[in-house]
Amino acid sequence: MSSEFILLLPLIIVAIMSVISILVDAINPNSKNSGYYLSIISIVAVGGFALNNFYLNISGINLEGANLITSNMLTFGGFSAFFDLLFCVGALLIILNARNYLDSVKTELNEFYNLVLYALAGMMIMAHSNHLLTLFIGIELMSITFYIMAGYFRFAALSVEASLKYFLLGAFSTGFLVYGMAMLYGSTGSMFFPEITAAIVNGTANSAYLMFGAALMIMGLSFKSSAFPFHQWAPDVYSGAPTVVTAFMSTAGKAAALSAFIIIAKTIIPMGFDPSGLESAINTDKLITAIAAISALTMLVGNITALVQKNVKRMLAYSSVAHAGYMLMGIVANTAAGWSALMFYVVVYTFMQIGAFIIVGLLERDTDKYLEYDDYAGLSKRQPALAAIMAIFMFSLAGIPPMAGFFGKYYLFMSVINTGHLWLALVAVVSSIISVVFYIGLIVKMYFTDSEDVLGKSLPWNASRILIFVTSAVVLIIGLNPGGMLSFIKSAL
Amino acid sequence: MTILIATLIIPLIGAFGVLFLNKDNRKLIEMFSLGTSLVAFLVSLGLFFSFNSNAEGFQFVTDVTWIPAIDAGFRVGLDGMSLLMVMLTTFITPIALLSSINSINKRHKEYYFMFLMLQFGMLGVFLSLDLFLFYIFWEIILIPMYFIIGIWGGKDRIYAAVKFFVYTIVGSLFMLVAIVWLGLHIGGDVLSLPTGFTSDYLLIKQHSAAIAPDVQNWLFLAFALSFLIKVPLFPLHTWLPDAHTMAPTPGSVILAGVLLKMGTYGLIRFNLELFPVSSIDWAGPISFLAVVGIIYGALVALVQTDVKKIIAYSSVAHLGFVVLGIFAMNETGIQGAIIQMVNHGLSTGALFICVGIIYERRHTREISEFGGLARVMPIYTIIFGIAMFASVGLPGLNGFIGEFLTLLGAFTSTVLDNIWYAVVATTGVIFAACYLLWMFGRIMFGALSNKENEGLSDLNKTEWAMLVPLVIFIVWLGVYPNTFMSKSETSTKQLVKKIEQVELDLNNGTINMEPKKELTENN
Repeated sequence: MSSEFILLLPLIIVAIMSVISILVDAINPNSKNSGYYLSIISIVAVGGFALNNFYLNISGINLEGANLITSNMLTFGGFSAFFDLLFCVGALLIILNARNYLDSVKTELNEFYNLVLYALAGMMIMAHSNHLLTLFIGIELMSITFYIMAGYFRFAALSVEASLKYFLLGAFSTGFLVYGMAMLYGSTGSMFFPEITAAIVNGTANSAYLMFGAALMIMGLSFKSSAFPFHQWAPDVYSGAPTVVTAFMSTAGKAAALSAFIIIAKTIIPMGFDPSGLESAINTDKLITAIAAISALTMLVGNITALVQKNVKRMLAYSSVAHAGYMLMGIVANTAAGWSALMFYVVVYTFMQIGAFIIVGLLERDTDKYLEYDDYAGLSKRQPALAAIMAIFMFSLAGIPPMAGFFGKYYLFMSVINTGHLWLALVAVVSSIISVVFYIGLIVKMYFTDSEDVLGKSLPWNASRILIFVTSAVVLIIGLNPGGMLSFIKSAL
Repeated sequence: MTILIATLIIPLIGAFGVLFLNKDNRKLIEMFSLGTSLVAFLVSLGLFFSFNSNAEGFQFVTDVTWIPAIDAGFRVGLDGMSLLMVMLTTFITPIALLSSINSINKRHKEYYFMFLMLQFGMLGVFLSLDLFLFYIFWEIILIPMYFIIGIWGGKDRIYAAVKFFVYTIVGSLFMLVAIVWLGLHIGGDVLSLPTGFTSDYLLIKQHSAAIAPDVQNWLFLAFALSFLIKVPLFPLHTWLPDAHTMAPTPGSVILAGVLLKMGTYGLIRFNLELFPVSSIDWAGPISFLAVVGIIYGALVALVQTDVKKIIAYSSVAHLGFVVLGIFAMNETGIQGAIIQMVNHGLSTGALFICVGIIYERRHTREISEFGGLARVMPIYTIIFGIAMFASVGLPGLNGFIGEFLTLLGAFTSTVLDNIWYAVVATTGVIFAACYLLWMFGRIMFGALSNKENEGLSDLNKTEWAMLVPLVIFIVWLGVYPNTFMSKSETSTKQLVKKIEQVELDLNNGTINMEPKKELTENN
């Protein structure tokens, strides 16, 4: 019993602490510190137990007990422990950075930290889900929190607009998702993922409903991971929301959506599925082709639209769309290698994207000033270290070795080429080439042009500035020793 | 640690050493980086003298696993061709750094960091025996070169830097896909390694015959695109004149001296070695483009008014000879191409330094601004003349031997089997004489018409130190090229033996090829 209980701890802690931190805030509304420290402590605790679970999983502990306690609605494997850890790292970076950022616009409230905890709980439930309902609860918990967080700057029109837009479109996409779930249940007779898979493999599922349901699920999840053609909300929401929130949504939030995508793809496209001899079989090839097309179009559209942006935050928003496209390649491969490539990329992406957003947040003023490319002119002279680190992130996002972003792409290319989707790798190559232009465009501004602007003339030393050193160091270290991270991920699967 | 690894990592250590120096102490930064590059040169001399010219295969091989999951390793080693390229790199770098002292006037710390990183990357490219590692070094070079052009370059430096970056990455990303495909094919389908993947160059080379000819074609094209952009072959050359004219003098020296050779090196090392069937297949079209490049580069150079642009276009023409020699695919042609790679590095490097010298004095490179410089700068004129004649291909200087061998190779090539490539290319030599001599005459001779030129001083000590070593080797290579050619002879022979075998098999029909093969059928 006790070891099973330990496995449950991350979820229990995050759920209880998110409630407690609201209560503390209600009792003592004026102390901003309580929410900040409480959330840091809880995230560290959650992350610590998640790490412990990860190693328990590697050491081959039988996890069935924990699954039983939760009536098999949740699973506790290396996969979910890995994503728990990733979400915790993302949330921790966000919280440590948020303090200075929110303070600079005088909007620091305990609610922000509560919301991060709620979103974290939602993400973790997604990665643990073993049942359509828990998956749905996780997705909604995360999404609703994000709707609120996007509108965190109540006084800024852009932020409110982002929130409303995200909410309306998000609610709509949830409709797709629920409809798809209903179809899956209707055709397979179960909401448990393993049973759905079993029904598909045995051919007892109604294939017409199944295809319809699968297509709707893919749509809903594409929306959550901002994949074409359901990405339209992303640029506006990402650029309108407060920068810390954008950083959170576009990294940990996207990682969560992709973890759900992997889980669903595993369920409805069983590995090595052989439809021959089945009376009514799902056409997995079509689904894979559909995801491949989504992936290809996402990276092309994301990068091409990013090309014409003049605003750095918006450029990062579009590039985040494009990166969703790269990561979907791992799902197209639909092999362990593909998933581990995706997981590798999502780790790297989390660090480089959050790092880039922290820098954007450090330099921006009054919620929407100093975000243009032109504002970054000559930054390398005023803030050499900051500009150098931004350059590292840009090169990494563009996939130039030896930054970690390159290895992420390399593994993804490998996984899709290995499963015969050479064309997808070529599309990814073309879109990477396009992306180089706007990533190095920022470096051109920072290094090759001069301006007497005040941007970055005096920056206080604070946690955010330390964080960018940490994140860039991680990007470089993973870049120089990708094998370590890869074997860590492989042991999770 | 072998001498080879020492040569490779000294610039890297130096680059990070620069970061710890006080940024206002310009002298120290300059001397430190110059010292680093000299140490690297001295260590590489050890490589040169302990290299066994008669041994087949690679020497000083180190094989350390780096990423076990994909069987990527830190695999380095060198054969005769890479030895010459490494020597060229370690020799040119101190000279370029010396010329930086005069021409770089801002942000020294960043500059020298970038420059030493560039050297590290170039050495890595020539030493890698692992496709994955090779690709990383290949791309690492982009970053410092991009900054060197973009920060310390001329008026349109941003345009030139971005163009350089985008052109190069277009080619290299397709090469990346080809590397992945090749690794999966050889490691998975052919050898069934536990990792299902390999990037070990020697392993892939050993099993390269297992790649089906139609697939080989695509892989060949993906690699060739990347290398031919770097060379650059007409019509992929348009980034080069921009990059050359906008780069600061040391940037141009290293670009012409070493960077372009990465392309021709890659052609021999990967395209010819790994895909001999496709290489034979494509030799005709590529040689055709090389010949067009020779003529085109010469004609465009003829009408330029900017001295640096003339030399930039002459590079297009000279590298055309190298490509022609490579795709002649016989021993004469490839040996000629290798020695021509070294020659071009030396003579064009010297020419760029010479242009830099007058540019620093006058801040212009327009030919019409000069005239009669021989009267005020006699020694400069002599050295410029030597470099210019070397570039033209005057017998007794280094350019002659390279051009002669590549043309001879093209004449006798059984792969090309058509003397017209060589005949037309030969006219390029004449054109080269035209535009270079004409340029030289307009700058150096005649009346000293422009008042501003009257007070120009002749070479100073630093400039002597840059040019004299270059001139020594220009003459040495012209008089006794065997010192260097003997180094690459064994590895070239090995390669040619392989190609001849493939050619024979093709003619006997042992290798099944698609149609469209009129080039090799007649042999």
